[in-house]
Amino acid sequence: MSFLSFVRNPSIDMRDARRVFLGQSGLLLSGAAVALMAGRDALAKGKEGGASDVRILNTALGAELEAIAAYQVGAESGLLKKPALDLAIVFQGHHKEHASLLSKTITTLGGKPVSAKSEYTFPVDKLKSDADVLRFAAMLEKGAVSAYLGAVPVFDNRDLSKAAASILGDEAMHWAVLRNALGEPPVPSAFMS
Amino acid sequence: MSPKTWLAALSCSLPLWAAGGAWAAAPAAMTGDAARGEAVYSRCLACHALAYDRTGPRHCGLFGRQAGTVPGFAYSDAMRNSKIIWDEKTLDVFLQNPLKAVPGTSMGYAGISDALERADLIAYLKKENASADCKGK
Repeated sequence: MSFLSFVRNPSIDMRDARRVFLGQSGLLLSGAAVALMAGRDALAKGKEGGASDVRILNTALGAELEAIAAYQVGAESGLLKKPALDLAIVFQGHHKEHASLLSKTITTLGGKPVSAKSEYTFPVDKLKSDADVLRFAAMLEKGAVSAYLGAVPVFDNRDLSKAAASILGDEAMHWAVLRNALGEPPVPSAFMS
Repeated sequence: MSPKTWLAALSCSLPLWAAGGAWAAAPAAMTGDAARGEAVYSRCLACHALAYDRTGPRHCGLFGRQAGTVPGFAYSDAMRNSKIIWDEKTLDVFLQNPLKAVPGTSMGYAGISDALERADLIAYLKKENASADCKGK
């Protein structure tokens, strides 16, 4: 089964789709292990760049928590039908895993993880159809790819860069699948910026 | 320039100067293209929006605003104390390397190294700031 095609083929059992996505979680577990080990390593060495790394991780955590809330808005909008609805829930689950990893790593580094806001602002008045919701999600995912791409080179601890790159890969897959669901070329260019 | 004015100008520039010299070396900003800048702005959309605060602060009302002063937004101490007034030049310096321009900023982003991309982004932000969507936001 094609990873990219199931969204556009409602006949495909979403349990198969979930298995495909769960298959991706090896990447995330690897990222988690790397990040947590990086945190312990940094603590042991008392690295000076730790404070900067914690700030970067906390910014990423804030964005992940917002993404979780955004997918919740999309899922509860009534605009998404299966299989797009299942897709949104799977992607939201990934963001929850990212947030959990980031939060644990921040704590390991001696920082205080940011909490989810009690309220987020989303352009709900502009979400009138399933395509609007998917386009909004795609916009956030594309932004997330760029944000992680911008964060990878600025970590003091290179292991954290590796963990951030692992998340970046997941966000890029989200973006591509959402574009495919919208009928757009899933991978529009050879490079991301 | 009177001594009083000179001192006031000096005190305003000191925080920028102290931030590692990035500001003092700022060249004149290029003229950008707003249409291309919209594509560059898509990189910002994980954290920012024009009209409302997200992980980062809103961009409506950006030009002429002192950094760290959007009411209710939780800035880093570094940004709040930077005394930067956002305009084409200060944005150009900041966007090139945010962590160098304002050490301690929460914007953990490597920056936009291409001068034309920065100019395009700034042109887009200026255009949007002048639009009806940004009025009063």
